[in-house]
Amino acid sequence: MRSRSPTKWRTWMTQLVVVICGVGAAFAETAPPFSPTNIFAPASTPAKSIFGLSLFVLAVTGAIFLVVFALLLYSVVKFRKRRNDDGREPPQVYGSNQVELAWTIVPILIVIALFMATARVIAVVQKTAPPGNAITVTAIGHQFWWEYRYLDLGVVTANELHVPVSDSVHPTPTFIKLLSADTDHSFWVPRLGGKTDLIPNHPNSMWIDPQETGVYLGQCAQYCGTQHAKMLLRVYVQSRDEFDRWIRQQRRPAVVDDTVSEGQRIFETTACINCHAVSGTVANGRFGPDLTHLMSRDTIGAGAVPNTSENLRRWIRNPNTIKPGSLMPAMELTEKELDAVTAYLETLR
Amino acid sequence: MNATSMTMTEARLEWNPSDRGRVAMLCLIAAEAAIFTIFVVAYVFYLGKSLTGPLPKDVLSVPIVYTICLLSSSLTIHFAAKSLRRGEIKSFGVLWLATITLGAAFLYGTGIEWYRMIYKEGFTISTNLFGTTYYSLVGLHAFHVVVGLLSLSIVMVFTLLGRVRAEHAERIDVLSLYWHFVDAVWIVVFTVVYVIGR
Amino acid sequence: MSTDAIAMPSTAIAPRPIVATLHEWVTTVDHKRLGILYIIYALAFLLIAGVEAMIIRIQLIRPHNNFVSPQEFNRLFTMHGTTMIFFVIMPFMFGFANYLIPLMIGARDMAFPRLNAFSFWMTAFGGLLLYFSVVGANGLYGAGNAPDVGWFAYAPLTSQTFSVGHSTDFWILALLISGFGSIGTAINIIATVLCMRCPGMTLATMPLFAWLNLIMADLVILAVSPLTAAQIMLLIDRYLGGHFFDTQAGGSAVIWMHFFWVFGHPEVYILVLPAFAFASEIIPVFSRKPIFGYSVMVGATIAIGFISMSVWAHHMFTVGMSSAANNFFVISTMAIAVPTGIKIFNWLATMWGGKIEFKTPMLFCIAFLFQFLIAGLTGIMQGAAPFDWHLGNSYFVVAHFHYVIVGGILFCLFGAFYYWFPKMSGKMYSETLGKLHFWIFIIGFHLTFDFMHIPGLLGMPRRIYTYEPGRGWDTWNFIVTIGVFFQAAGILVFLGNLIWSYFRGKAAGSDPWDAWTLEWSTNSPPPAYNFASIPVVKSRRPLWDLKHPNDPDWNYE
Ligand code: HEA
Ligand code: HEA
Ligand code: HEC
Ligand code: CUA
Ligand SMILES: [Cu+2]
Repeated sequence: MRSRSPTKWRTWMTQLVVVICGVGAAFAETAPPFSPTNIFAPASTPAKSIFGLSLFVLAVTGAIFLVVFALLLYSVVKFRKRRNDDGREPPQVYGSNQVELAWTIVPILIVIALFMATARVIAVVQKTAPPGNAITVTAIGHQFWWEYRYLDLGVVTANELHVPVSDSVHPTPTFIKLLSADTDHSFWVPRLGGKTDLIPNHPNSMWIDPQETGVYLGQCAQYCGTQHAKMLLRVYVQSRDEFDRWIRQQRRPAVVDDTVSEGQRIFETTACINCHAVSGTVANGRFGPDLTHLMSRDTIGAGAVPNTSENLRRWIRNPNTIKPGSLMPAMELTEKELDAVTAYLETLR
Repeated sequence: MNATSMTMTEARLEWNPSDRGRVAMLCLIAAEAAIFTIFVVAYVFYLGKSLTGPLPKDVLSVPIVYTICLLSSSLTIHFAAKSLRRGEIKSFGVLWLATITLGAAFLYGTGIEWYRMIYKEGFTISTNLFGTTYYSLVGLHAFHVVVGLLSLSIVMVFTLLGRVRAEHAERIDVLSLYWHFVDAVWIVVFTVVYVIGR
Repeated sequence: MSTDAIAMPSTAIAPRPIVATLHEWVTTVDHKRLGILYIIYALAFLLIAGVEAMIIRIQLIRPHNNFVSPQEFNRLFTMHGTTMIFFVIMPFMFGFANYLIPLMIGARDMAFPRLNAFSFWMTAFGGLLLYFSVVGANGLYGAGNAPDVGWFAYAPLTSQTFSVGHSTDFWILALLISGFGSIGTAINIIATVLCMRCPGMTLATMPLFAWLNLIMADLVILAVSPLTAAQIMLLIDRYLGGHFFDTQAGGSAVIWMHFFWVFGHPEVYILVLPAFAFASEIIPVFSRKPIFGYSVMVGATIAIGFISMSVWAHHMFTVGMSSAANNFFVISTMAIAVPTGIKIFNWLATMWGGKIEFKTPMLFCIAFLFQFLIAGLTGIMQGAAPFDWHLGNSYFVVAHFHYVIVGGILFCLFGAFYYWFPKMSGKMYSETLGKLHFWIFIIGFHLTFDFMHIPGLLGMPRRIYTYEPGRGWDTWNFIVTIGVFFQAAGILVFLGNLIWSYFRGKAAGSDPWDAWTLEWSTNSPPPAYNFASIPVVKSRRPLWDLKHPNDPDWNYE
């Protein structure tokens, strides 16, 4: 730690980690196919800064482990009682101020080094201010689904977050404001960044700048009730053009399709509209996800199942068969009504 | 490598079995102090955070007289314990009774303030955050006064029965330690609720 | 051995009505019997909470498993965590402290025998109340249900809005009541250690066991009290319409987190200090050397006690604290590594140059050193706040704390069981079964908790009743679950050993380990009055002095 050039020392340590902590390194190699939620496969600046720190911490703790473990192993082997023991007590040693001092000072130095590395990453991640062209999204955690509001862009959607890619040519980070409508939740998409909690009455924020397009997975990481397990996160990182197209499409009101007017009537006369909104219609409930562009989403029930007609029908008939404990009640529709409502929902592109 | 430095501090730390009551009371006081700390922190944290009225200055009146009662009871119990150590049972009894009276007066004061607030002004524990924290903190203290008064009264009964003698001074000291603590907490509560909080 | 009949009237040959024996145990104020009651009580709850863990693991053996419903799963981990912390490890530790402290400091009993009994029964009642929720939480007429808010019960999940019925109330009351018991025991331990030592035993010459338990008791007083306060507030919210943690009325969910962890973090050191105390007695005896650096050990323990009260928010790195606060809690958290490291190194130095005997207690202690080292280092990883933004609330944390609690504390506890079993029962345990227990359990432990780190690193959050396939978690979870069955087998061997040895074991004699502290100077089991005459000591190892009159310790200390 007394080294004149800390960066050199860190490179050395990083190399060390490849040797000792095969775990970290091996994971990074085989990243996405191995696990889409691997914290060692960062794809966005906050996640990358954390990754750098992780390697450093792993290297330091790995080295400490090796040293202390070696000492333990040595004493257990070397100082075991031999078969031909003479039965005398070994020399009685009561202590030594010099060694005590040594193993106080060295850990103190290590702790200081660890702290400084940590403080730097805290600053990088926590103190970054949004640049002018940043996208801002408000994410609201609900018992067991996510609501996303693009206030500047006039879009409200649920469960599937769309953000533009932030390549080196056009860095467009996304700043996410985190709120909660009920209990605590936590937003965690490991490849994009660390987790941050969504707590009622306690607005938080975080940012990501994904550098490759694709779908990034994660899930709620703070226990929030019965279905905490199926409060999954999906982040769609798109090229700027695609993202803009998506925004334009989301801004349109719901399509009106006369062939499904029966389904629409049922939807609007059953309690559905108390909880769900479909823009351009009377439905303006906010307790459940906005359904205006339901069919633009790949999944339903916050990632619980793919968005197919059977699943949709099954969901409306009884959400508990898919997601026991979800806050949407079974609406007791007849088979015919179910068909009609499903058909209606399927027009909501 | 040895404990010379430790044996030095040792001399002052040496206790014997007859001290165990005092040690236990000090521990209890430490625990109680921790409990009060949490309540005080909550009170201070929520100052001015209520979403609706009333505010502290709308409803609270400063209980100066009752505060003086409680604080002076610390003096009377101190002298009571002193008398007992000297074997003056009579003056012990009188001072002890004075302590109880002063404590009861304080409790009465809290009682009428609460009565006014709850029945006249409709301000209760569930009115707003201020109500919640105020009644909890002051109530927790009042509860300790009640416990103290009960213990003091038991001693009073024994005194009247002529069962308290000079050799009980040690135990009376331990009890008065508790009473001093209750008084000291009131100083904190008073400062937080009536001085800073208003 | 003529004193035996006096020592343990309950095991006397003369047939006694079981009711009388039972009555004697229920009304006892003897520190040894209360100690054993604590231990048996904790053993029972270890089985219950262990079975809960097994059900949790079976549910997680593969993705989309349907062994239990999400509601049941949430109750299971809440009950498992709460039980293990409050009704297993704490009673174990109080039990051993109760049994051993008076014996080690040459006293006839604790300072307040009746307070002692009261505290035990409070704790016992708390545990029963927690499990009574299973039948009574909706009122006796309806089916009950167990609490499901998690062991740290974050607001506002505990409010009337999100937790209807009474299950949360049972959780609150159970912890409140057992909390009073814990504070009572802590006061008792402090008063005993400070006031009841035998002539000649100063604070600087009492066994480390007494020191560590003294600090532990101080922490109980300073940490459990805030929990008590917070629980009272929660009760006020739930029953009197208060708003402490009511986010609708401007209350704060975050302040509950602070209140809980102000308790919660010192609590983990409350659990671990007695384990350190066991190690500090066992390692020297089986290395045949005095503890290395006694006064530094004491100093390090005091330092741990102080620092541990300033690190609580490392459990809250993800709640969005300011970067200044994050930095503060990073440095204070890591600072703990220094005194803890000192302890590790001192134990190593105690073994260094000794003649180590691999008796079962020592095996458990060596495994403890190894596992606690790893667990501490994963703690440091979590202490690096940005790293914790990933690790927090993931299975990595679950792996970290089971590594400390099972790999560290439970291993030490098993060691303590084997080490003091001869003293408590008068019988020697079976060394073969002890070693069998050790090896099965350590295999199970490593299968379970080594591999549990990996899903955490791969993004698996904790407290989920099921998970999606295709995230790279399946294999690891499978291995983890398999490990639990080894652990269970190990524990069965352990119980078998206790029972078999109690009835069939060889007589142990008063000092089977050739040890040095006072408890080994009296009969096994000790008579009700502990010592025929109160011992007088001149050094930290009174029995060493006795055995080596030419070379007594007081010449060196
Ligand atoms: C008895 C139990 C116990 C013990 C002893 C510890 C010890 C430590 N713990 Fe752990 N911890 C828990 C029980 C315990 N913990 C529990 C139960 C939880 C989770 C609660 C929940 O969420 O449900 C938890 C969670 C937890 C978190 C929160 C994670 C999260 O939820 O986000 C953190 C973060 O900092 C942490 C850190 C530490 C550290 C730094 C230590 C340190 O004390 C470790 C110190 C030891 C060493 C470092 C090893 C030896 C030292 C050396 C060989 C010297 C050289 C080393 C260096 C210089 C680094 N722990
Ligand atoms: C003292 C603490 C302690 C101990 C010893 C343990 C021991 C174990 N724990 Fe526990 N655990 C916690 C404290 C502890 N735990 C806490 C605090 C939590 C957090 C809770 C929360 O999130 O709120 C937790 C959470 C927790 C989880 C996470 C749940 C989740 O987040 O979804 C898991 C999952 O694997 C787990 C597993 C285990 C296992 C496998 C053991 C094993 O070591 C258990 C081994 C024991 C046995 C296997 C029992 C053997 C019994 C028999 C053989 C008896 C059979 C016979 C008869 C009935 C007569 N624990
Ligand atoms: C009491 C409120 C409530 C009512 C009434 C209600 N829902 Fe829902 N709905 C919800 C909630 C809450 C969710 C989110 C559940 C989850 O993911 O955990 C949801 C989710 C959905 C979804 C999945 C949306 C997505 O993107 O994941 C569909 C589709 C849906 N509801 C359709 C309906 C229909 C059709 C009706 C009427 C027949 C209806 N809902 C009535 C509350 C309600
Ligand atoms: Cu939302 Cu967990
Ligand atoms: Cu902690």
